[in-house]
Amino acid sequence: MTREELLADIKKRFSDDIMEFFDRSPRRVYIEIKPSSIVKIATYIFKDLQARFNIASGVDSRTHMEILYHFTLEPLNLLISLRVKLDRKNPRIESIAPVFRAANWIEREMSELLGIDFIGHPNLKRLLLADEWPQGVYPLRADYEEWDKNAIRDRGV
Amino acid sequence: MAKSVVPIGPFHPLQEEPEFFTLTVDGETVVDIDVNIGYNHRGIEKLSERKSFDQSTFVIERICGICSTSHPFAYTRAVEDIIQVKPPERAEYIRTIIAEGERIHSHLLWLGLAGHFLGYNTVYMWVWKLREEILDVMEILSGNRNSYAMFKPGGVRRDIKSEDIPGVIKKIDSIVPTLNRLKKAVLDDPVLHARLKGIGILTYEDAIDYSALGPTARASGVAKDVRKDDPYGAYDKVDWDMIVTKTGDVFEKVVVRVLETYESIKIMKHCLLNLPEGDIDLNIKDIPPGEGIGTAEAPRGETFHYVRSDGTNRPARHKVRAPTFMNLPTCKATVVGETVSDATIILASIDPCYCCTERTAVRDTRGKRLYAAKELIRLSQQKTAQIKRKMGLK
Repeated sequence: MTREELLADIKKRFSDDIMEFFDRSPRRVYIEIKPSSIVKIATYIFKDLQARFNIASGVDSRTHMEILYHFTLEPLNLLISLRVKLDRKNPRIESIAPVFRAANWIEREMSELLGIDFIGHPNLKRLLLADEWPQGVYPLRADYEEWDKNAIRDRGV
Repeated sequence: MAKSVVPIGPFHPLQEEPEFFTLTVDGETVVDIDVNIGYNHRGIEKLSERKSFDQSTFVIERICGICSTSHPFAYTRAVEDIIQVKPPERAEYIRTIIAEGERIHSHLLWLGLAGHFLGYNTVYMWVWKLREEILDVMEILSGNRNSYAMFKPGGVRRDIKSEDIPGVIKKIDSIVPTLNRLKKAVLDDPVLHARLKGIGILTYEDAIDYSALGPTARASGVAKDVRKDDPYGAYDKVDWDMIVTKTGDVFEKVVVRVLETYESIKIMKHCLLNLPEGDIDLNIKDIPPGEGIGTAEAPRGETFHYVRSDGTNRPARHKVRAPTFMNLPTCKATVVGETVSDATIILASIDPCYCCTERTAVRDTRGKRLYAAKELIRLSQQKTAQIKRKMGLK
């Protein structure tokens, strides 16, 4: 399958789920999809197209909470980024960690740093932050204000 | 039989990432493993948002002391992806030379440590002596033995002087005879075969499911290497081979790294001898709004950077993913079912700079100390000695 055939096929196959299709450059494609379709499309790209899951990057764009899921298709030298925009007040999305284990850690990271809830994640505990870090403070959010560092020091950590 | 818990970690200054392993053992066999990271989370992604695009290059260079080239390499490629430019050809060659020098010294460092864990301290000393030569080469080329500060979006900061090149080539060539002896000693050694073959196997299916990267994946037959799949720098202008093996045990991971060192020497020499003339920098002034992705093959696998610009002089978001983030979870597939004395070398086989073993303690469920720090390495070395005795070597 060539690059054009593949992209046309994805467009046709998921015509109801795709909100915006941005063919940025020969090696980069950004596809904005409905958050409810993430498991379906990610499974197709990872299992059927046999892409490699690079990583997901969570971004607080102030209006939305965005997640970009990056997949690489080595035979075509193409990097597909699936973009979902979540409600910033209550960011929730279905977890893709049950589909493939490569997504397990990054979802844990996004949940603690950006406060995104991944529904159905097998083990959504903290990955990077210390146990002493207060609940509900998300350091990668745009409106994060530095949390009182003395609080940690006073506890002798 | 009562299950015991073996905590390993978390801190050692030499480690790439401090990590804490909890091994649950049943007698000698590991039945479960849990990894805890984040002890040294420095918030570099957040820090990078407060620096200008040029300053960020130096911040992210300090993510790792050993792969201090691959992060700036991926980052500058991400920024260049936003602007949609390609750096001048001479800059591409210089970047490639620095990146391959780093790969050689990183692989040698790992090989030395692996030798130490197995009780081959001669290998350890030999290899680290070779590594010194490469670090000297890097000092001649960049002025630093580590953290080279050569990269900037749109090019490189420092040129390579043509009068330095003959001396550098001579130094690189000088390590090859010793490396040959080492290759023979390591790859033909019956003791190492008996010790490393068939342990810690990462199957092809697991490597795909975990999206493992670099030598860890290539040892399991996953033929993926950013340098081949998405040629950047000067990699498409050099004739070199990707090293792929089949079974994915610890021995093959050693093989992949040793043979890759030869390929890196080949690439580095070719680039030095065929360095094109021209500019080394595009002098980028403004970064337009947009987003870009940059990847680079670090010694441990693909490094991934995502940068978003909002038109100011600072990144609006900078996501960094180091290869160990994908490789470390594979220990669940490789360590479970093996013995405690093999756990050290299996965990080390993904190359997370596993110096934390020096801080290891083995405790049973009631907190009673079973083994002290050094004893776990001793256990691993004893097993090698036992195999030697069985073979009638000592």
